[in-house]
Amino acid sequence: MIGISRTKLFALQALVAAVALLIWHVGSTVPIGGTYLLPKFFFSTPGDVIARIWKLFAGGQIWKHLSITLTETVLAFLIGSVGGVLFGFWFARKPIVAAVFDPYVKMANALPRVVLAPIFMLWLGLGIWSKVALGVTLVFFIVFFNVYQGVKEVSSVVLANARLMGMNERQLFRHVYWPSALSWMFSSLHTSVGFALVGAVVGEYLGSAAGLGYLIHEAEGVFDVTGVFAGMVILAAFVLFIDWLVTLIENRLLVWRPQPASHA
Amino acid sequence: MVVLRVIERDAPGAKPPAVALDAVSIAYGGGAQPVYEAVAPTTLRVAESEFVAIVGPTGCGKSTLLNAAAGLLKPASGAVSIFGEPLSGLNGKAGYLFQQDALMPWKTALENVAIALEVGGMASAEARKQAKAWLARVGLSAFADRYPHQLSGGQRKRVGLAQVLIRDPKILLMDEPFGPLDAQTRQIMGTLLLDLWATDRKAVLFVTHDLEEAIALADRVVIMSCGPKARIIGDHAIDLPRPRDVAEVRLDPRFHTLHRAIWSELRDEVTKAYGAAT
Ligand SMILES: Nc1ncnc2c1ncn2[C@@H]1O[C@H](COP(=O)(O)OP(=O)(O)OP(=O)(O)O)[C@@H](O)[C@H]1O
Ligand SMILES: [Mg+2]
Repeated sequence: MIGISRTKLFALQALVAAVALLIWHVGSTVPIGGTYLLPKFFFSTPGDVIARIWKLFAGGQIWKHLSITLTETVLAFLIGSVGGVLFGFWFARKPIVAAVFDPYVKMANALPRVVLAPIFMLWLGLGIWSKVALGVTLVFFIVFFNVYQGVKEVSSVVLANARLMGMNERQLFRHVYWPSALSWMFSSLHTSVGFALVGAVVGEYLGSAAGLGYLIHEAEGVFDVTGVFAGMVILAAFVLFIDWLVTLIENRLLVWRPQPASHA
Repeated sequence: MVVLRVIERDAPGAKPPAVALDAVSIAYGGGAQPVYEAVAPTTLRVAESEFVAIVGPTGCGKSTLLNAAAGLLKPASGAVSIFGEPLSGLNGKAGYLFQQDALMPWKTALENVAIALEVGGMASAEARKQAKAWLARVGLSAFADRYPHQLSGGQRKRVGLAQVLIRDPKILLMDEPFGPLDAQTRQIMGTLLLDLWATDRKAVLFVTHDLEEAIALADRVVIMSCGPKARIIGDHAIDLPRPRDVAEVRLDPRFHTLHRAIWSELRDEVTKAYGAAT
């Protein structure tokens, strides 16, 4: 598709990482004219960060944080998706409901979710549920809009054909509306899973006692730049892992769709 | 009242027509949009086991008329009756092969055909068995597991044909079913359709823009005028003997006489429609 083989692509991607690490390493450990380009205090060094990551994993305490963040992400995604699917279907099939709630849905969606974080902490405490709630408010709207669109955008000819075939409402739902809504929902799966994670990490960052966001926040509190970078690297790897999982699920469920011309 | 009139007009004891459009007119728009009177009051009947072809310039209202017969569109005036019963809601006796793609993109060719039986409560295994046989009949055995987007336009049409015919509907509504096929395949499919039709003689309402195809297949060819307010301006009985071979019948001198007569009527309309559009 882009004209080079997989191995070559991978090699080039690795090269980018190597060059970035090298610049960082040289800038932070090799003095040029008596000063460091990237002072250790502000930028740490690749070696230190790697050592810290190693220590975190070797010590074993990282697993607790990772599992908490993962739990929050999964819960936020599931609850937000189920809510989005239910409301998406309801609104799409009942235009009056959609018309009445339209301004409120828009208002709620326009609200920056971060301002809700303190309220959720007030309501739900500092445990995982306030983070889950934050993630849900992000995931819900993405899924909701996509399911709504998916039900609305079913081709009228496909629908007429299915009706003439003798499908009742239940069969229409199962064979027409649901697959269409699902394909729209899955087209935004990467985004919604990403937002579930953002909700969890931002929630932890703003106030909690565990999770990756907490880890980063704690390191920042004591100007431990190495700790901050280590947390960020682990978070990034975590995101890549989840994204890979999502792609796997997506390829399995959407075999019927034409391959998109490009894929992020 | 309209229904009474229909019954009165028919000879006592005569079978009611499979499809009867009585003074049906159809308008689009209304509300915020300007009203477009697509079809002026039109009467068209298709008797049981009769094969009627509709030809007419593009945009005249052929699909519109078929949609009315399927119960997808409510006529602005007039009445639609199916086997003598006024039609309310969808026409459950009809199988409709749409002009546009109507397959479910999330189902394979086989699933798309089998679902037509499954909705009626047939067990999945049996439905699949019959669907396979139908795909073989339209020459698509090798494509059973493809999704619609992996099929060509003509192949999709053929899956659609199997999907409609497998339900064994009493009435067949077909909107340019062989539109995207090449001339050769058109003839093969035409012959196939005639063979299938010969076994149980469904009532067929067949839209095409190919006059030769219409004459080769149908018992009657109906010509529509160009819109707006399209009407039926010609109704020709095709007295070519059956069974017909779709390719060979074109060599028949009678075919040429009919073709010339119908084309002279149709040509004016096509020219008018083209002139109006440009
Ligand atoms: N939903 C609609 N709203 C408004 N106008 C419509 C609508 N559908 C069809 N029309 C108009 O009604 C007329 C008849 O349309 P129709 O689809 O029946 O034509 P057709 O004879 O099937 O043409 P073709 O041979 O190109 O398929 C056209 O002028 C078209 O623009
Ligand atoms: Mg048409």
